[in-house]
Amino acid sequence: MVEATPLWEVFIRPRNGLSHRHVGSLHAADEVMALQAARDVYTRRGEGTSIWVVPSLAITASDPDHADEMFEPTADKIYRHPTFYEIPEEVGHM
Amino acid sequence: MYSQGLIGADGRTEEDAAFLAAFQARIDAEEKIEPKDAMPEGYRRTLVRQIGQHAHSEIVGMLPEGNWITRAPSLRRKAALLAKVQDEGGHGLYLYSAAETLGVSREQMTEELLSGKAKYSSIFNYPTLSWADIGIIGWLVDGAAIMNQIPLCRCSFGPYARAMIRVCKEESFHQRQGYEIVMTLMRGTEAQKAMAQDALDRWWWPALMMFGPHDSESAHSEQSMAWKIKRFSNDALRQKFIDATVPQAEFLGLKVPDPDMVWDAGLNDGQGGYRHGPIDWDEFWRVVKGGGVMNRDRIRARRKAWEDGAWVREAARAHALKRAARKVAAE
Repeated sequence: MVEATPLWEVFIRPRNGLSHRHVGSLHAADEVMALQAARDVYTRRGEGTSIWVVPSLAITASDPDHADEMFEPTADKIYRHPTFYEIPEEVGHM
Repeated sequence: MYSQGLIGADGRTEEDAAFLAAFQARIDAEEKIEPKDAMPEGYRRTLVRQIGQHAHSEIVGMLPEGNWITRAPSLRRKAALLAKVQDEGGHGLYLYSAAETLGVSREQMTEELLSGKAKYSSIFNYPTLSWADIGIIGWLVDGAAIMNQIPLCRCSFGPYARAMIRVCKEESFHQRQGYEIVMTLMRGTEAQKAMAQDALDRWWWPALMMFGPHDSESAHSEQSMAWKIKRFSNDALRQKFIDATVPQAEFLGLKVPDPDMVWDAGLNDGQGGYRHGPIDWDEFWRVVKGGGVMNRDRIRARRKAWEDGAWVREAARAHALKRAARKVAAE
């Protein structure tokens, strides 16, 4: 088996004013080569003005098997949403 | 080309009925499946096979066209062809990444391509003999690929669908540049017109084979359709491709090399379509199994690229280690 080259996650900011967004991943020996490869692989048509590369190993992810417990509490707290509160028509937009 | 991705796929799966039913319910609700989600082993294995073979097709697909970069007839054509071949390389990389989310390593996929265990599209085992081939490949081969890939943008597996959206966006230029090359030849001398017709004669049938075997022979299609990895049958996509392409050939003044082709008003639920003659499936299977003109050449070229690049990968890793050590020492 050949030694594996590290995996990187690539994030691109399409233009100023927008946040960096995950676009995919790639293999590279170090961060310098990862950035160069990210430019070649993910920005051939002006997709971005800024690139982040992050070692995939550095990402801690939530477990999809525990998604129910993890995200369930948000669904029953409808009082967090503006439409939960009744404001008379006459008051106008609020 | 990517209906061929299912060749050798093994959709057998051994989970209990309740698990499979719950998974199928998610699929039927058009929910996307993401890499860390629970999924049947057969679903995972089918996708690893299909996405891997799709990636290999993109990478091997660079070879027939790369053959003509230095001989492109003008700077405009050369720049376009370079950009197209670079795109194919990029598409291969997006797809390898998508397959890797399922737990297969890049090294393992590369080994399977080089050892011949994994397949790639049969179309790339034909030689590119003239400049007209480059035009015909863009028009027909990329055209057929787009026809296959557009439904894959809605594939149930998220990373594959997302990769396909990028690929489809980039590929429309590939088909247009090909058609433009053929059109230019057809406006040229008699010799240029003959060259274009000769290329069409050689590529037409292999292009139809890209959609994979007839539905009745396509062993893995049914399960893949149920899991929404695949949205249309091989024959349905092939028919769509023929109906779109025949008028484009007529516009150019080219003749599709199928003496049996007729307009049949009853096809496509009464909307009409072109009924094609018999496809030589013996040739198809011979090429898939390694007996095409270029099979050995293609793998030899990939193996050489892998071996010649070994010292570069090694040097890059050594350099990365040295830089990391230096950084630690400086802190």
